[in-house]
Amino acid sequence: MEKLKSLADLKRIREEAKEKLELRVKGDNPEGLVQVKVAMATCGIASGAKPIMDFFVEELDKRGIGAVVTQTGCMGYCYAEPTVEIQLPGQEPVVYGFVDRKKADEIIEKYIKNGELVDGIIPVNYEKID
Amino acid sequence: MHLLVCGGTGCRASESSLIGESLKRELEEKGLGNEVQVIMTGCFGFCEKGPVVKVMPDNTFYVQVKPEDAAVIVAEHVIKGRPVQRLLYVDPKTKEHISDSKHMGFYRKQIRIALRNCGFINPENIDEYIARDGYAALGKCISELTSADVIDIMKRSGLRGRGGAGFPAGLKWEIASKNKADQKYVVCNADEGDPGAFMDRSVLEGDPHSVLEAMAICGYAIGASKGLIYIRAEYPLAIQRLKIAIGQAREYGLLGNNIFGSDFSFDIDLRYGAGAFVCGEETALIHSMEGMRGEPTNKPPFPAESGFLGKPTNVNNVETFASVPVIITKGWEWFSSIGTEKSKGTKVFALAGKINNVGLIEVPMGTTLREIIFEIGGGIKNGKKFKAVQTGGPSGGCLTEEHLDTPIDFDNLVAVGSMMGSGGMIVMDEDDCMVSIAKFFLEFTVEESCGKCAPCRIGNKRLHELLTHITKGNGTLADLDRLKNMCNVIKDTSLCGLGQTSPNPVLSTMNNFWDEYVSHVTDKRCPAGSCRDLMRYTIEVDKCVGCTACARGCPVNAITGERKGPHFIDQEKCIKCGACFEKCKFGAVLIN
Repeated sequence: MEKLKSLADLKRIREEAKEKLELRVKGDNPEGLVQVKVAMATCGIASGAKPIMDFFVEELDKRGIGAVVTQTGCMGYCYAEPTVEIQLPGQEPVVYGFVDRKKADEIIEKYIKNGELVDGIIPVNYEKID
Repeated sequence: MHLLVCGGTGCRASESSLIGESLKRELEEKGLGNEVQVIMTGCFGFCEKGPVVKVMPDNTFYVQVKPEDAAVIVAEHVIKGRPVQRLLYVDPKTKEHISDSKHMGFYRKQIRIALRNCGFINPENIDEYIARDGYAALGKCISELTSADVIDIMKRSGLRGRGGAGFPAGLKWEIASKNKADQKYVVCNADEGDPGAFMDRSVLEGDPHSVLEAMAICGYAIGASKGLIYIRAEYPLAIQRLKIAIGQAREYGLLGNNIFGSDFSFDIDLRYGAGAFVCGEETALIHSMEGMRGEPTNKPPFPAESGFLGKPTNVNNVETFASVPVIITKGWEWFSSIGTEKSKGTKVFALAGKINNVGLIEVPMGTTLREIIFEIGGGIKNGKKFKAVQTGGPSGGCLTEEHLDTPIDFDNLVAVGSMMGSGGMIVMDEDDCMVSIAKFFLEFTVEESCGKCAPCRIGNKRLHELLTHITKGNGTLADLDRLKNMCNVIKDTSLCGLGQTSPNPVLSTMNNFWDEYVSHVTDKRCPAGSCRDLMRYTIEVDKCVGCTACARGCPVNAITGERKGPHFIDQEKCIKCGACFEKCKFGAVLIN
């Protein structure tokens, strides 16, 4: 990694990083990539988030779906771990709670493939600051 | 189109699953089963007005829906596209019907400032933090602001220490900046120890860079070039993510020498704690970092004068630091516009205990306990009755029904006999015995007392013995007086915050639940039915049909009786496990 020597360097990195994230959502092709974020803080991992993340990585690949699976921190819904956020290209992200293998399979087959919501959504109930 | 039906515990208790079924049935009948889907969701955090149904994509929000309303929702909204007015939420102030949920106040109940990146970014990728304006605050400080400007912003923001005591952070920075020395230190207190509190761990695991950036800002403000994070070794994942974050920040030159080409240099190292509660106290923490016993010393001198290795040291908690970068980028005016007069901004709470939505929440200061517990928290588990909420951990107190509408901030909580602490909130229901709760917290402080001063070391032990005595049914009214006296002596004479606050759970439960203490000593009865030694299981002869289920379920063969005849429990043998009570289908087993 290069050293950031000035504020201008930071701004450039920020723009590049933002673009990369945007690309992730939009992608080069018109359909774009599906973004899957698995909450992997201690609470999530303790409730089995790791195998769920592996499941998404492996199954999305097997089923030929272009997706980026990443880990993130605690979303705050510790009662409903493991929690997973799915963002379909061009859409608002949706959070699912209590995701086990069966639910993950349903999410891939119904929501990711066809855009049909499935049971278990955790509604957003807070305000963002940006 | 999607119809989202709240399947949170609160709404499900008021028949929301029936609503889902009737909606599906109505849609099928109208031939819309394939076009419109009914989805059960988690809690919307609006349980007070539940059951809740939300129509997507137009965001219409229906409240207090009944199963029989399904027909009108489908006929009017789904088919004709007209919202059903009578089911809309009515704004209590303007009396207007609000259809778009984006305009409803409850979305504003939570504002995420310290948790702004938790659950959004990959904590192991610095670019994602930078993409969300990360390190812009540090850049702004170094290139545009003097250290005095930064301190001024912090003071005006009104940010108070989130570790518990609520000391103004800006003032703390100012004192440290004024003390001249060849070397100063910035310390992050990540020794989170209150039972039930886990917000610091979550911030470090979900957004470690926000803490690193804030520490560098603090270093710039007070003139320190070295930062230390004191973190308990029990948080391996947080440590791992911090190490990755520090490594990435160093590679970018955001930590190290001449940050952003300026002459400001700052670097951060980790120091591990062994998990002693008292090391959350800043002087004990510093001694532990120096390799000495984790024991507190009298203040003054404050760490700002003589801290780590005798140098001026500024200690702040994780959540305090996590709030700093946004205050710099968005301005103190923005931050101080949130919260109450004397407590600005938001506070993260860890909800635990008998509450449906266990988890992390962040609310503006001034939010009431009722909003937190019954709306955001989804209410009490299994529809039981709310009894008390413990805030402030083992140093705090229990608050009751009458405090539910108190707006929470640092001063109000102290005024009603508890404290903010680090933000653990343990909710108790009718089955919790308050004497046992007090005993539980004392057990913790007895274990965690460092042993340096006698009132804390010996006094708390004696308190714990007395409470055990009472829960076993051997207490007297005189014991209650002794208990109270001892609490006051320990409070007045202990050396540090741990001892000075350790009797709080006893005092606050005695104040709020005096009757419960009296029942334990005079009637030898535990009203909540939780103290085993005071319980007696008996079988009501008239109701017993002699099915023998209880006798077969008893692990110690304490129940005798003929088949089809009444059964009896031998009190000498009974271990009060409650198996007979659960087995009996006729309600013949009684608990006294």
